[in-house]
Amino acid sequence: MSENILTPEEIIKTGELVFKKTKLMTDAELSYCPGCGHGVAHRITMEVIEELGLEEQTIGIAPVGCSVLAYEFMNVDMQEAAHGRAPALATGIKRVYPNKTVFTYQGDGDLAAIGTAETIHACNRGENITIIFINNGIYGMTGGQMAPTTLPGMNSSTSPYGRDVHTMGYPLKITELVAMLPGTSYVTRQAVHKPGLVRKAKKAIKKAFELQMENKGTSFVEIVSNCNSGWKMTPVESNEWLDKNMLDYYPLGDLKG
Amino acid sequence: MAKVRGAIVVDTERCKGCNLCVVACPTKVIELNDIVNGKGYHPAFPARHEDCTGCMNCATVCPDMCITVYRLKPQK
Ligand SMILES: Cc1ncc(C[n+]2csc(CCOP(=O)(O)OP(=O)(O)O)c2C)c(N)n1
Ligand code: SF4
Ligand code: SF4
Ligand code: SF4
Repeated sequence: MSENILTPEEIIKTGELVFKKTKLMTDAELSYCPGCGHGVAHRITMEVIEELGLEEQTIGIAPVGCSVLAYEFMNVDMQEAAHGRAPALATGIKRVYPNKTVFTYQGDGDLAAIGTAETIHACNRGENITIIFINNGIYGMTGGQMAPTTLPGMNSSTSPYGRDVHTMGYPLKITELVAMLPGTSYVTRQAVHKPGLVRKAKKAIKKAFELQMENKGTSFVEIVSNCNSGWKMTPVESNEWLDKNMLDYYPLGDLKG
Repeated sequence: MAKVRGAIVVDTERCKGCNLCVVACPTKVIELNDIVNGKGYHPAFPARHEDCTGCMNCATVCPDMCITVYRLKPQK
């Protein structure tokens, strides 16, 4: 071998810096469990805001759920909403400040259970906001209770024998629902459990914010994610389980736009 | 043939030992350390650093933004 063998230290010194934490994530340590997809979803959302140069004009709305502290982690102006009310709050903010970039960041319990009305009506009014929806099929923060999005047969602390669709109903495909509404410009379902999927999800988030800047109506990005603690798995197991079980019911890709 | 070389720096105090970077690395560079950090987790470290290509897969999946990646193009 004739090539120069450089030590890692030399590569760090002379090489190109190709990845570092965006400055739009604060240095605060994330309150999420090890391996939880919320961290990646936060990061790529903030990377997009940075790449589009929108940090000075962006207002994010944090939900209730594990990501209730998103305002501590996302280094843009943030507002905390009551449980499920983020799209209503975003509506008010966007209407008062139409030139701001406004987004909500919400879990499935927040967006598809207690906040269903706010979600559907904001999308139906075509509010010019971006909704980032983290679907981990469970109420993570409160101890892994069944959510409207919990899969048929899936165990949770309130469906210990698995979700029985005859008594507990079917998982709510709220993303398909909002895709039907004329107010939505772009509706897509993404995931962040593999490097290639993270890159795709980031592109989708970028498109969603670009459409908001063009005043095209509500842009909606679902991210199918894990809740390793609620699912009672290791992070790696939960991502494998997600890949095997969640994506048949929640297929990835653009639904609209 | 000279290949692209990479190197990573792991913020071991920030790391939660989730193992996601370990399985995401195509060249199996990363392992979890036997030692524990201040939070009680086994932090990730580049056990086979010479195999790193700087592909960024590890940093892309790390939920806690612990990994910084450098890359060096092959030199003649
Ligand atoms: C009005 C109101 N009702 C109920 C709760 C309890 N609560 C807190 S978080 C949560 C569900 C969160 O689940 P999800 O939105 O899926 O987020 P995750 O924690 O999984 O990220 C519930 C029901 C609350 N805080 N406020
Ligand atoms: S409980 Fe679930 S959603 Fe909440 S931080 Fe832990 S893994 Fe993430
Ligand atoms: S940059 Fe790529 S090759 Fe290097 S450690 Fe990370 S995943 Fe492995
Ligand atoms: S993905 Fe990040 S937090 Fe998880 S083990 Fe690797 S460096 Fe640590």
